[in-house]
Amino acid sequence: AALKDWLRSQVSAALKEGRVTPTELCQRCLALIKSTKFLNAYITVTEETALKQAEESEERYKRGQPLGILDGIPIAVKDNFSTAGIETTCASNMLKGYISPYNATVVQKLLDQGAVLLGKTNLDEFAMGSGSTDGVFGPVRNPWSYSKQYKEKSVPKSHSEDKESNWVITGGSSGGSAAAVSSFTCFAALGSDTGGSTRNPAAHCGVVGLKPTYGLISRHGLIPLVNSMDVPGILTRCVDDAAVLLGSLAGHDPKDSTTIQDDFKPFELPNLTDVSKLSIGIPKEYHAPGLSSEILALWSKAADLFKNAGAKVVEVSLPHTRYSIVCYHVLCTAEVASNMARFDGLEYGHRSDVKDSTESMYAATRREGFNDVVRGRILSGNYFLLKENYEKYFVKAQKVRRLIANDFVKVFRSGVDILLTPTTLSDAAPYTEFIQEDNRTRSAQDDILTQAANMAGLPAINVPTALSERGLPVGLQFIGRSFQEKQLLTVAKWFEKQVQFPVIELEEVKRHDNDVFQHQKSASFS
Amino acid sequence: QKVSLEVLDHLEHLALVDFRDLEGVERLQKAIQFADQLHEVNTDGVEPMDSVLEDRWCLYLREDYVTEGNCTKELLENARETVEEYFVAPPG
Repeated sequence: AALKDWLRSQVSAALKEGRVTPTELCQRCLALIKSTKFLNAYITVTEETALKQAEESEERYKRGQPLGILDGIPIAVKDNFSTAGIETTCASNMLKGYISPYNATVVQKLLDQGAVLLGKTNLDEFAMGSGSTDGVFGPVRNPWSYSKQYKEKSVPKSHSEDKESNWVITGGSSGGSAAAVSSFTCFAALGSDTGGSTRNPAAHCGVVGLKPTYGLISRHGLIPLVNSMDVPGILTRCVDDAAVLLGSLAGHDPKDSTTIQDDFKPFELPNLTDVSKLSIGIPKEYHAPGLSSEILALWSKAADLFKNAGAKVVEVSLPHTRYSIVCYHVLCTAEVASNMARFDGLEYGHRSDVKDSTESMYAATRREGFNDVVRGRILSGNYFLLKENYEKYFVKAQKVRRLIANDFVKVFRSGVDILLTPTTLSDAAPYTEFIQEDNRTRSAQDDILTQAANMAGLPAINVPTALSERGLPVGLQFIGRSFQEKQLLTVAKWFEKQVQFPVIELEEVKRHDNDVFQHQKSASFS
Repeated sequence: QKVSLEVLDHLEHLALVDFRDLEGVERLQKAIQFADQLHEVNTDGVEPMDSVLEDRWCLYLREDYVTEGNCTKELLENARETVEEYFVAPPG
């Protein structure tokens, strides 16, 4: 059977019954990674260790003792998670060649359950960006650029070369992870989410992107961007898989003091049939300037879907929504200024050859190691943290943060269970168009619908909903109450079932790769 | 209101990152302008929020027992210049 035809649950069953072995599965994924190299989704492919992990998994299955449902399942991890013995670059010159001495807690948990780590995925440098275009290893290409669905809708060009420049971005910053899951090279991937970095690429790549509640999943080993907002994100092809991953990752970690101490019980999602007890909130401020009429229509249609099924659908207000981007801008740059201070060339990472003094070595190292986006944020952050600006900007932003978080509290207290909003303003832009605006402008535009959930620490999920007129994925976002992931995912699963989002039909792309390519749907290896 | 040269210098010194060119400075100006929108919001009587988990009072202290360590070798491996168990910085 083709990789694309298998959901993780089917693969798990197949592994257990011996219809496929972990090594076969691993090999097929590795081969697919090779033939989709042009997507540039992976920075590092850990072929040797993956095969070894697969062999060990196979032994366990033979003995009838798999570690769990993730045993033997190929996964990928965003390259800002520390992985022992494996290069962790954050797509930056600053960490090129840096080999982590330890595994991030979430990585360790996956490995402990027998998951097979295929590699580290591409991102915007230090997770700053919303396109996965600003890393030192180049941009990630959205697999949908090569789909039958997109090509059918593309305006035919006179030269075949022009098709090359037509490719669309994945969104970001976890674009590599989203592309990896979307193109069937793995069954799940880890991303990170600080302002929407898991949900945004999930929407553009047509996959499920879950941002858990802040404090639920350990950040130990996730190279930090904004300590008060970062969370590990989960990217999968269906909501059930996201629940499985969540179950294996959530829980208190003594190594991350910002994880809550409550016991976490993994759950299976019920098959919701009756939504009449649900109250869905539609925040009017999410009808943001720039929202495409297509997505607006889809959002409206989704609201009707719930209404017609008996749910209570109400318009609500989150009045401070429009300030969340500004607030984020200040808090993010401030925390970045602090977090990036550790990169001085002394203990790890890039070190400049400049030897005149310690300070000049630090300055040169940082000039050479960081791209403009990172440097710009460090400088802005330092500005907002200056003594004369601290109250005016940083503390002020912290106060506005409380107002934003309170908006959500009020709405949830009024009886609303889940909020339904768009995830992105439009479908994925062509790369050539996207890069015409600078990173900061783009991030400010693109994060507008996702950022507030990070501000308030709430769980949120992107569910692929439909294809746009251009044949590209559009997703919708559900935002839930703190630590109520079960309810959030249950509703998301119901919605997923209603919309029946189409499977990507990846066309052959012989031009991009020397290997012989199957003439069928590209992901089949029979 | 433009940022003074004095402040620009100070920032470069604090951040150990340089503006590189006029574009960098303009970027900062735009960032400040953008951030100024915050002042439209009335925050009278509002406490700053440090953490979304403030109600759960997550930040605890643990017992002062050594539970891990002895990883000098691993930690030194990633540094470019070391002498015995020291990280080496240029003098001055």
